Amino acid sequence: MNTAKKQAELIKEISGVNPLKCMKCGKCSASCPSYNEMDIKPHQFVSYVINEDIEALVNSKSLWKCLSCFACVERCPRDVKPGKLIDAARQIVERQKGGDYLSPDEIPESLDPDIPQQLLVSAFRRYRR
Amino acid sequence: MQRIGVFVCHCGSNIAATVDVKKVAEMALMEPGVVHAEDYQYMCSEAGQLRIQEAIKEKNLGGIVVCSCSPRMHETTFRKAAEKAGLNPYMVEIANIREHCSWIHKDMEEATKKAVILMRAAVAKVNLNAPLQPGESRVTKRALVIGGGIAGIQTALDIADAGYPVDIVEKTPSIGGRMSQLDKTFPTLDCSACILTPKMVEANAHPNITIHTYSEVEKVSGFVGDFTVDIRKKARSVDMSKCTGCGVCQEKCPSKKTPSEFNRGLNNRSAIYTPFAQAIPNVPVIDREHCIKFQTGKCGVCAKVCQAGAIDYDQKDEIITEKYGAIVVATGFDMIKLDNYDEYAYSQSKDVITSLELERIMNAAGPTKGHLERLSDGKAPKEIVFIQCVGSRCADNRGKSYCSKICCMYTAKHAMLIRDKYPDVNVTVFYIDVRTPGKNFDEFYRRAVEEYGVNYIKGQVGKVIPQPDGKLLVQGADLLDNRQILKEADMVVLAAAIEPNPDVRKIATMLTASIDTNNFLTEAHAKLRPVESPTAGIFLSGVCQGPKDIPETVSQAGAAAVKAIGLLAKDKLMTNPCTAHSDELLCNGCSQCANVCPYGAISYEVKQVNDHGIREDRRIAVVNTALCQGCGACTVTCPSGAMDLQGFSNRQILAEVDAICR
Amino acid sequence: MSIENNEEFRPKIVAFCCNWCSYAGADLAGSSRLAYPADVKIIRVPCSCRVNPMFILRAFEKGADGVILCGCHPGDCHYTTGNFYARRRMTLLFSMLDYIGVENGRTRVEWVSAAEGVKFSTTMNEFVEKIRSLGKNVRLEDLRCRS
Repeated sequence: MNTAKKQAELIKEISGVNPLKCMKCGKCSASCPSYNEMDIKPHQFVSYVINEDIEALVNSKSLWKCLSCFACVERCPRDVKPGKLIDAARQIVERQKGGDYLSPDEIPESLDPDIPQQLLVSAFRRYRR
Repeated sequence: MQRIGVFVCHCGSNIAATVDVKKVAEMALMEPGVVHAEDYQYMCSEAGQLRIQEAIKEKNLGGIVVCSCSPRMHETTFRKAAEKAGLNPYMVEIANIREHCSWIHKDMEEATKKAVILMRAAVAKVNLNAPLQPGESRVTKRALVIGGGIAGIQTALDIADAGYPVDIVEKTPSIGGRMSQLDKTFPTLDCSACILTPKMVEANAHPNITIHTYSEVEKVSGFVGDFTVDIRKKARSVDMSKCTGCGVCQEKCPSKKTPSEFNRGLNNRSAIYTPFAQAIPNVPVIDREHCIKFQTGKCGVCAKVCQAGAIDYDQKDEIITEKYGAIVVATGFDMIKLDNYDEYAYSQSKDVITSLELERIMNAAGPTKGHLERLSDGKAPKEIVFIQCVGSRCADNRGKSYCSKICCMYTAKHAMLIRDKYPDVNVTVFYIDVRTPGKNFDEFYRRAVEEYGVNYIKGQVGKVIPQPDGKLLVQGADLLDNRQILKEADMVVLAAAIEPNPDVRKIATMLTASIDTNNFLTEAHAKLRPVESPTAGIFLSGVCQGPKDIPETVSQAGAAAVKAIGLLAKDKLMTNPCTAHSDELLCNGCSQCANVCPYGAISYEVKQVNDHGIREDRRIAVVNTALCQGCGACTVTCPSGAMDLQGFSNRQILAEVDAICR
Repeated sequence: MSIENNEEFRPKIVAFCCNWCSYAGADLAGSSRLAYPADVKIIRVPCSCRVNPMFILRAFEKGADGVILCGCHPGDCHYTTGNFYARRRMTLLFSMLDYIGVENGRTRVEWVSAAEGVKFSTTMNEFVEKIRSLGKNVRLEDLRCRS
């Protein structure tokens, strides 16, 4: 399996989302408070995962612009939950920094005003060594 | 031991691609009793059936096994074929090697092994089959239609025109159903009342049709051709034979604060009321919960003003019992409750309405006399937003998984009518997909866009936020232009999903008709028997079977009528010979079987039996084969093992178990 | 585990399906191509109440490793009340079987309607998985029946 495919599988696993259920209704994009800040729009997350273009997804502005307000998770009629996908993509980025694990020493350097702190807390809870 | 023939069908490549059919036939020859085995491309074809018939005659077969598709598909076909060759049709068994084998397995070896085992089980069973003769039962030449909407009315008219008496049972005070609430109908924009009312009048005047409004089906017993139904005629508190329908009582009634069901609660009605002006019968009912006379004992205005003296406060619910040969279910639909979709602010603003409410607002007889106005302040809206798929196509538990089918078209209709009547009003439709298959349907939708300038935006709305100034802020996204939209609207119309009438589950249980997880009644076959329930004698008409628009409903109503007429036209029905029977020598007359029989088919007789030379009188269970439906409950209950079921006897099923576990 | 058990254990599973709901549900699973293991063999009965506890005992006696009974959902029985009887009978039978060493996991009752092809297939997959994890049934089997 190539890296992109592996990463896509990982995103699906972490988020527990089946992106194929998406019917492209756009309710996520319609609900998103950070829509205008994003380069990849919430409804497009799904196709990036389906097309295994994780590279572009993790390098996008959107990754760190999502507020994790979960309005899209709450309202998605198809249980696709783009917010969870983006959350999973972030975790992939965070995990890679410490070889899939976070150590407490790395947290100060990961601190970035754009990252919701809750992400670091939950990532640390799950992926500390 | 029977002389058995085994016929293995390829079903084109449906079976042959995953099951080695030659091998199955070869293995069959090793089974005890099998004297003939062959495989063929399509056993159900004319040529295939001929092969079976020739084999029966040539090899003098006493029983046959066809390894093919589900018995629910072609059991009858093969039984008829066998009968033509002089074999009793009940000497045929089917081994289901398509649905239960080739279609679900990929590995040829594994599938072949399983097919051989299924074949063996069928051979083992047919070895113990005995020829059975179907009995006869009579057909009551009268039909019942449950539900008096357009589906029920059309079915009743068609059956009545064929010369059979029909009863319509309608829960509300008038027939007419959902269609009577509509203003115009797509795709020709006929006025709904103008095309429905003549049908209602015709049904009312038809000598073969009896209409029971304000009535409900209470109990159903019996079976195809001979149903017995209890109908509760709720107390109307108005004498139908005396009332002239003048309407004075409704005018004078002092209690006028009950939300009108017909107008979807948008305005109020009096406690004594007819739902709408063209109601049939045009006789009001007293809503006892809201009537001052019934609640406090003091009033009686309606009785005083009624010149005909038709008001009868002492009227009681009446239960009538009728016999029917066929029952048609036409219970229709309702809109879903929008509690789960509060992001659209339906509960927060009066100006967020459902499409059916808009239908009433647009109607000249509706709460606003047909003027398009906001319900909150009565002002004329300038900006209207339509939101599609509210509660439809939801994979989560909030809404319905299916497409409600009619919303795309009625929204195009609404948009078009508004733009036509009020050209200064902007209309925006947020859609996920526009689905308009149907004659002249897509052209209709395109007219809304091209001629009437309705603004269609691809993208579901995320949220509707009521503003302090009374406007509604609609937050949506245009997926094709990739931009988020914030739009101020004066009115938001939600295309809420439709769901089967909530009462249908109760009715399905009474009729023992199958129903799916969405509360739609299941048809006998998705493609080939769409208007029949798997339960014999029950037919489906309209939305109770699945979402439908008016043209489709009317054609299905006609189809259901034809099926019902086909049944009523018969004088006698062949009954299922797979009935229970008791062994006189084993029965000890304990009555346990009679207690579990749902049909009351078991009675007791004192009979003289000859038990190994000793003659004595014994109390013995006797099965009325005309009533027995062959469920087999009694066979398991019987403590002495005297009861057995023909066609599914203990020995036959045990033989199957043995063959499978061999 | 003995040496000859090296090859994968393929259980023998008998499924009793009522004609009106579950058998049709199985047909739907088939026409929707929803796969489940070939270890399951279906016997058609008119109603779940036609299934005599004797049939189930006989299946175990003849070497079955699991038996599942499928009927209409409670309240939806084609014969109105049949599945209620089946439910009571099976509750008693299964507790007796458990007592004599045929674990509860080897027996199951499931309600599958004619519209639930997906449920039929997932139920069968789960059940086969369960039986595989339990291994061969050693109780009740009549050794003389072993071929």
